[in-house]
Amino acid sequence: MAKITLENIKHSYLPEPGGLNDYALKQIDAEWSDGSAYALLGPSGCGKTTLLNIISGLLKPSEGRILFDDIDVTETPTIDRHIAQVFQFPVVYDTMTVFDNLAFPLRNRAVSEDRVRIRVNEVAKMLDLEDSLNRRASGLTADGKQKISLGRGLVREDVNVIMFDEPLTVIDPHLKWLLRSKLKELHRQLGRTMIYVTHDQTEALTFADHVVVIHEGTVVQVGTPVELFERPAHTFVGHFIGSPGMNILPCKIDNGKSRFAGNLVQTASSKLPDNYTGKLEIGVRPEFVYFDEGGFPVEIIKVDDLGRYQIVVTQHDDNTIKMIVPEDIQIPSESPRIAFTPKHTRIYADDWVVDQE
Amino acid sequence: MNKTTYQKAWLFVIPVVVLVSFNALIPLMTVVNYSVQETFGNNVFFWEGVKWFEQVLNSERFHAAFLRQLAFTGTILLIEIPLGIAVALAMPRQGPWVSVCLVLMALPLLIPWNVVGAMWNIFALPDIGLLGRGINSLGIDYNFTRQPVAAWLTTILMDVWHWTSLVVLLAYAGLCSIPDAYYQAAKIDGASAWAVFWRIQLPKMKRVLTIAILLRFMDSFMIYTEPFVLTGGGPGNTTTFLSIDLVKIALGQFDLGPAAAMSLIYFFVVLLLCWIFYTLMMRDEEQ
Repeated sequence: MAKITLENIKHSYLPEPGGLNDYALKQIDAEWSDGSAYALLGPSGCGKTTLLNIISGLLKPSEGRILFDDIDVTETPTIDRHIAQVFQFPVVYDTMTVFDNLAFPLRNRAVSEDRVRIRVNEVAKMLDLEDSLNRRASGLTADGKQKISLGRGLVREDVNVIMFDEPLTVIDPHLKWLLRSKLKELHRQLGRTMIYVTHDQTEALTFADHVVVIHEGTVVQVGTPVELFERPAHTFVGHFIGSPGMNILPCKIDNGKSRFAGNLVQTASSKLPDNYTGKLEIGVRPEFVYFDEGGFPVEIIKVDDLGRYQIVVTQHDDNTIKMIVPEDIQIPSESPRIAFTPKHTRIYADDWVVDQE
Repeated sequence: MNKTTYQKAWLFVIPVVVLVSFNALIPLMTVVNYSVQETFGNNVFFWEGVKWFEQVLNSERFHAAFLRQLAFTGTILLIEIPLGIAVALAMPRQGPWVSVCLVLMALPLLIPWNVVGAMWNIFALPDIGLLGRGINSLGIDYNFTRQPVAAWLTTILMDVWHWTSLVVLLAYAGLCSIPDAYYQAAKIDGASAWAVFWRIQLPKMKRVLTIAILLRFMDSFMIYTEPFVLTGGGPGNTTTFLSIDLVKIALGQFDLGPAAAMSLIYFFVVLLLCWIFYTLMMRDEEQ
């Protein structure tokens, strides 16, 4: 087990990268503490898997250093990094039994056969694979195979970190949450550092203590699920996490006051940049938009009733504003007016939040 | 359920019946017809029963040709399959050299059989051929037209040259279909290169290799043109494989009865060996 430090990591798949756009990872600095569960969250192609492969040593970064417990492992080959990785598609050795599959990493490291038997049985018990130990691995279902991939990681005692690369992609929906809670349980039980890559916000938010949101090769925010929801540091986080995502509206500052389409808007961003020339936007989640007589007028475009709450799509001056309204609140039929909760309304300058509390 | 009977529907089957009859049934039945009768020409036939079959099965000449055939097929399989896998493993998986390698590999497969035979005949001639003269100039006495060992080696070399590519291409296709995650997982599990080959690559290539072995088995077991052009079955009878022997009996000696009986035995042997082989290879899959 180890603390993982990423220093100034950049990576490009091109031999001679030119501009910043040639980089799959633009700049990653991170320190991940021992024993925590992290999720790397981001859309496909944002560099999550690249980062994972750099940590595991399958890929060497173009620039930067990786440290495990303050020891530089950038040049260390995969086998000596003592990491485990579970891939998107289950990897099992077809010709071997489940037992031999689980024993494989140990036997490759010349662990004594007695010890192998003890460890494999322990891991099989953890993963509920005891009954199929003597079966051929190729005959198992996708979730069984994925458990074997995981088991090969758990079986070694010297593992620094267990990494998951979208491990539930090929698993049936009804087994997904079973396997996910299994992972969560294992994390609590073993206290190993786990890194979980996914593009599914539900998976990330339920699995991890800390979610690392990656966007176009950059870490845009690291935080607990609550922080990501309540204080998105970047418009991408606001937009990517939450359903529907955050409303992002054009903003003008005049005399230190923020205005959206001429309407005064109270925000939690205290210090407002004077004479800022870049792009300014107001971000507010649909959960924090409410009907208010004192607000500004909108036109209601559509109401989706989802039972417990309703998603109301409104429009003001060509800007679409989505709001989530609890079921017990009547939607005004005539000249509706809305307002934003100031505490959860923020200004974003060139996509980055201004003055995070 | 009420079924309506409409006999004219049989008409629609006629094209298939005609086609299959002319390309399979009628030729095969003609052979069966010859195999149980004696003829002296003029379309006059005398019933002989299973006499030709007994004669062929008991003939030393057939036994010798059969053994030669088994030896040849076994040898080329033992060389071409491992060699094909080795070449496929050595080929680049990406980059500009992939197409170059693929084209180079495909070239021998595009050359007609008789041309291959002719090429190797000239290539290996001890007096004017590059290979033949080269070997002789090294001080080794080599003449495939009169030394049985040299004739065998040349025939095998020719077949390996012509057909290893097929195994390479099939094995390469099998290798390319293995997802990267397997290699990455193997690295993480600390697997040696040998373990990667034995536990990942070979099992994943199993299906294509089954096809490769079947194809090479059938083709080499029925080989005719190449050795016929290269050695003509000689020197003596040393490279007279089953097909060459069959043609000698049928067209050389015009013994249609024994030739037909031999054809049928030959056919059943190929069928039987393919079936045994396929069943063995697929036995594991069903578990």
